[in-house]
Amino acid sequence: MAKGLTKKYLDFVAVNGIDFAVRRGESFGFLGPNGAGKSTTMRIIAATLTRSSGEIKILGKDPELSGPEIRAHLGVVPQQDNLDEALTVYDNLYIYGRYFGLSRKYIRTKIEELLEFAQLTEKRDAKVEALSGGMKRRLTIARALINEPEILMLDEPTTGLDPQARHILWDRLFRLKEQGVTLLITTHYMDEAEQLCDRLMVMDKGSIMAEDSPSELIKKYSTKEVLEVRFGSDRNSEISNQLHNLCERIELLPDRILLYADDAEKVLEEIRKAGMHPLTSLVRRSSLEDVFLRLTGRSLVE
Amino acid sequence: MAESTRKGSLEIVDVKRALRFGTVFVIEARLRTMAHWFWSLLTSSLLNPFFYLMSLGIGVGTFVNSRVGSVGVDGVKYIVFLAPALLSAVAIQDFMGEVTFPVLQGFKWHRTFFAMNATPITGRQIALGTYFASMARTIGSVVIYFGVLSVFGAINPASSWPMIFTSLYAASCFSALMMAAAAAAKNDDLFLNVMGRLLIMPLFLFSGTFYPLNSIPAPLRIIGWISPLWHSTELGRWVSYGHEISPAMIFIHFAFLSILLVVGLLWAFNRFEYRLSK
Repeated sequence: MAKGLTKKYLDFVAVNGIDFAVRRGESFGFLGPNGAGKSTTMRIIAATLTRSSGEIKILGKDPELSGPEIRAHLGVVPQQDNLDEALTVYDNLYIYGRYFGLSRKYIRTKIEELLEFAQLTEKRDAKVEALSGGMKRRLTIARALINEPEILMLDEPTTGLDPQARHILWDRLFRLKEQGVTLLITTHYMDEAEQLCDRLMVMDKGSIMAEDSPSELIKKYSTKEVLEVRFGSDRNSEISNQLHNLCERIELLPDRILLYADDAEKVLEEIRKAGMHPLTSLVRRSSLEDVFLRLTGRSLVE
Repeated sequence: MAESTRKGSLEIVDVKRALRFGTVFVIEARLRTMAHWFWSLLTSSLLNPFFYLMSLGIGVGTFVNSRVGSVGVDGVKYIVFLAPALLSAVAIQDFMGEVTFPVLQGFKWHRTFFAMNATPITGRQIALGTYFASMARTIGSVVIYFGVLSVFGAINPASSWPMIFTSLYAASCFSALMMAAAAAAKNDDLFLNVMGRLLIMPLFLFSGTFYPLNSIPAPLRIIGWISPLWHSTELGRWVSYGHEISPAMIFIHFAFLSILLVVGLLWAFNRFEYRLSK
């Protein structure tokens, strides 16, 4: 779908010659920290941003030549909600449907469905400015579905939402995926990426660091388990030197040490045997966070 | 949202129709938004001319008429002299309001234009839709204003009706430019301040609105010459009560306004497309 895709601004390369392909019906995620080039890539795919070089085809068309034709089949949920705050929930959905040239009759029926989907039926006549953050987010997503898009693009869909609102959203997105909608998602939340994406592209500084399914990425770039230990911020670095030979890989973070091994319990036992007593210790499974740390040497959420 | 109901956009969206009527859909959306304020828009459209005519036309007018006697101002009663200027002013004010605030909202405050542009709607269609919706609203307020002026005897509706078109044309031309300026404005506060204090006020005061332009010092007349309000008012006075005006000047008035229209629209298209693709 994309080849050597690049976006340059005056003195800054936002996306640096990336290649990727997304299959129809797939749920594809762009994972990376802020400024990785995820949103830029999304906007190029959404046919609202011109690229500097490279090639890209969306639904078989070039977004620069057939922008409106492509956009007719997309549902776009931007990072920042851009609802019409002065209008009601219902009117926001209604006018959006009209932008796609949909008939009034179709829109009226569809809105009922979408209100239910977004759990906003009771808020239909409320002005958008009176809605909570989670409701606005759900409305933005509902709005993006008015044309039953072939591709639904979600830029940081749950950033700024409370845990409950996030789970409601994930549930809704999962249902869409089951209906065969292609999902393109950017996120810097690894749990979100693990929950929603069949395949992930890890991005950093405009480049692709890795691309695979979440479980394969973890298998490839991390061990099965991780042991997190803390010895107190001033002693962590001193002690970490003694721990190297106990595990496959070690990461020293400002507040803790991460020891990568397939059996983390065993490592912890050995540390204790060696006479070292961490203040706290935690054994957990490897996550995408560890993959990201391994690939970039940096933490995902800073 | 049951699985069976999903058909997908390839079947549902008529792309050709969406592309062809994009501007119409934007107009529809804008009018739907304005409909929420229908009563307040209507009330202000009625009260605005009423108060202006009471205070200026009749209040100030009584004073002016007593001074100039039977000669009148420009050969007519003050209220008759004033009417074309007021109609021009309200046309410009309303048209401009509906193409500047929605544009700031669309690009900056609520970013709604970006939402529109995520559909088949193009930047040019957003610009044109916003523009024509504003025109529709302005037609409404100009017709109402014209009605109130008739009731006050400031105009003779049977012969003055072309004034509706000259006012509307002038407002259309100037507003095209203002829409582009709003789209080009990086700083919305600055834009609104400049528009309100440095543009609207001087234009209103120095465009021969309340007195003939040639009664003020020559240097200040320059403001009038570049003011769309002056061009509009001159044309309005010409069609309203036969204010003397040479064919050359008529041509100049129309030419000046038309240039604003063409430059304004081209600049607006350019800025809309640029802002949306950034």
